[in-house]
Amino acid sequence: MATQKKEGPRLDFFSDWKYSPAPESKEHIRLNKKYDLFINGKWQKPTGSKYFATHNPATEEKLAEVADAGEKDVDAAVQAARSAYEKTWRKMPGRERGKYIYRIARMIQERARELSVIETMDGGKSIRESRDIDVPLAASHFFYYAGWADKLDYAFPNRKPTPLGVAGQIIPWNFPLLMAAWKIAPALACGNTVVLKPAETTPLTALKLAEIIQDSGLPDGVVNIITGAGKTGAAIVNHPHVNKVAFTGSTDVGRIIQKAVAGTAKRVTLELGGKAANIIFEDAAIDQAVEGIVNGIYFNQGHVCCAGSRLFVQEGVADLVIRKLKDRMETLIVGDPLDKNTDVGAINSKQQLQVITNYIQIGKEGGAEFYQSSCELPKKGYFVRPTLFLNVSQSHRIVQEEIFGPVLAVQTFRTIEEVIEKANNIPYGLSAGVWTDKGSKIFNLTGKLRAGVIWANTYNKFDPTSPFGGYKESGFGREGGVHGLLPYLSL
Amino acid sequence: MKSAAVVPDFRYTPVIDQVGVEERVARFSSRSIKKESKVQGLKLALSMIDLTTLEGKDTEGRVRQMCYKAAHLHDVLPGLPTVAAVCVYPTHVKTAKDALKGTGIKVASVATAFPSGNATLDVKIADTKFAVESGADEIDMVIARGEFLRGNYSFVFDEIAAVKEACGKARLKVILETGELSTLDNVRRASDIAIYAGADFIKTSTGKIQPAATMPVTLVMLDAIKDYYYQTGTMIGMKPAGGISTAKLALQYLVMLYETLGSKWMTNQWFRFGASSLANDILMQLAKEAHGVYQSPDYFSKD
Repeated sequence: MATQKKEGPRLDFFSDWKYSPAPESKEHIRLNKKYDLFINGKWQKPTGSKYFATHNPATEEKLAEVADAGEKDVDAAVQAARSAYEKTWRKMPGRERGKYIYRIARMIQERARELSVIETMDGGKSIRESRDIDVPLAASHFFYYAGWADKLDYAFPNRKPTPLGVAGQIIPWNFPLLMAAWKIAPALACGNTVVLKPAETTPLTALKLAEIIQDSGLPDGVVNIITGAGKTGAAIVNHPHVNKVAFTGSTDVGRIIQKAVAGTAKRVTLELGGKAANIIFEDAAIDQAVEGIVNGIYFNQGHVCCAGSRLFVQEGVADLVIRKLKDRMETLIVGDPLDKNTDVGAINSKQQLQVITNYIQIGKEGGAEFYQSSCELPKKGYFVRPTLFLNVSQSHRIVQEEIFGPVLAVQTFRTIEEVIEKANNIPYGLSAGVWTDKGSKIFNLTGKLRAGVIWANTYNKFDPTSPFGGYKESGFGREGGVHGLLPYLSL
Repeated sequence: MKSAAVVPDFRYTPVIDQVGVEERVARFSSRSIKKESKVQGLKLALSMIDLTTLEGKDTEGRVRQMCYKAAHLHDVLPGLPTVAAVCVYPTHVKTAKDALKGTGIKVASVATAFPSGNATLDVKIADTKFAVESGADEIDMVIARGEFLRGNYSFVFDEIAAVKEACGKARLKVILETGELSTLDNVRRASDIAIYAGADFIKTSTGKIQPAATMPVTLVMLDAIKDYYYQTGTMIGMKPAGGISTAKLALQYLVMLYETLGSKWMTNQWFRFGASSLANDILMQLAKEAHGVYQSPDYFSKD
């Protein structure tokens, strides 16, 4: 197999046997027509009385209107968080804080079905992913950090960990509820209060989380959730009473935030873009590696900062891997995100669709060999077929820049030194994947690849106990695990 | 026909990552097969069954009854296919052949000192020839697991090749008895040996050892078939046997087959279920799709 060169017979997936539609029911969800701002434990109208719509990217239908928070609203939210911090939350014993966090975790589990359907409708990701990955992981982050709330002294022996104050948190649209959990859970466990802003295209699950928080009886003002676009985010970052800024999103915005907090006492963590190398060696379990490639780049339509968007295949198995990958891509079901059989859902927004199609155009113009699966796309909504670019060079823009879509750039390599050099030769350093049967090779590479997370013989695996974060333009600070407590404490 | 020029090079037999295989299987199992696709899939599964009786207490009467059932699964429901084959011991092949005359249903016979395979090559060849001469269309042989596990791969290879020769026109299914092979790497290596030695089908189990067929084992074997097809353009069939007794599980196997090998394999020429009780569970589901309610098992004849 390894010496195989010619393109032999392909498999054929055009059978009479098509899976009938299996849509998840929307009957059980409750969505308001209009959402206000969740400040100080109450729903408050925005002072500017402005609202904006959020859409379902798979149908282009309007789902709800949400409030656009102005500077006054941000100020009210920060003041509420500040007063909750001073009056109740910082004084509350850790075991009591833990009880509230556990309660939120359990309530997420109880409302898992509703949350996953809304996550899918608002963001376009497949119901399989929001049901099996996003929502359960969000709950487990709350469970995990609830456990730390009364054990901070043990996490950092011989230190006196104390909370920072008010945390201003800005999260992206690719994992809306999960990112809210990543941010809120450790902040609360460490005794901080929170002002959180979800992304403007995917605010609904964060607002549902606000309902859960309200129902959980968490003291007023400990968590405030306000919606808006970049201006609202800037107002949070620049507010003088915010002690800590936590941001997940693009490197460009990360730079602006870094500049904005320069010269202030604000602590900051940034989790930014990525362009991960996924490296397949000749001695890897090939069929499972192909699965890992698919999972690495087509998971969540490629809207993943740690997506394995650069594939490196050792030359001896390159033809075989590509051929298997192409056949596997044919079996990916692209379409209605609410269908339980959908593998690849809708692109999150029209703007992002434009970004991706623009990059595909750039790749084609750059002369890279282009391949897409042959699936039919729905007439309405924003969709992109799973895409490959073969024979790309390290200097192609589609290799250097983050696309944030289902587009994979494939290179081959001969030696380990070569692949390490190429993998590291990029402004980012968030994650990487290594596929080999040899344990020693894995450890050799994990020491030399400059990436915060390295997966061996798997990809895109997340766990609350495991720290996550990047090098270089992928940001700094870690979320998850004991490391995830540090950004919210002063020692 | 396979060309004689294909020489196996087992250095290229890929390693198998069990965790990855199990994750992939979990994805197949989470597919939701409903409505028309369910009915269509269930009928396809019915037509892929090798209805099996392999017991010491088998009688001619029982074999004849099973053959009638094979051709008349549930006459109350119109439009049902027949099963693909019946599978019996060599001594019952003649009875089955007579009983199935004119139905198009094949007779498969286990041979080569089934189920242990612990006999000399002469005995195995004689066993095979007797079954073929009695009229068997398909031969289900077992590999010598003892020799395989001690690393004597050429012994296993030569034995399969010899049995293949004795089969003449009958199609050869090679049973790996994966429940005794202990690792997925072994399953893959045994699959490659069987395929390159001349198997027309590879089959998981005798049904006499637990675990019998499992989805991870079947996926590894399907991948071996895929690699051989890539390499040579020749199709090899797959038969999971033992332990597949529910319609739901059968549909999950079909999903796995379809998404691994594609539509060319979605016929009973290339895929079989070795099962005795699966047929009735599928019939029960089909009757439910037709009438809207489940019926008691007593409404479906056992043999």
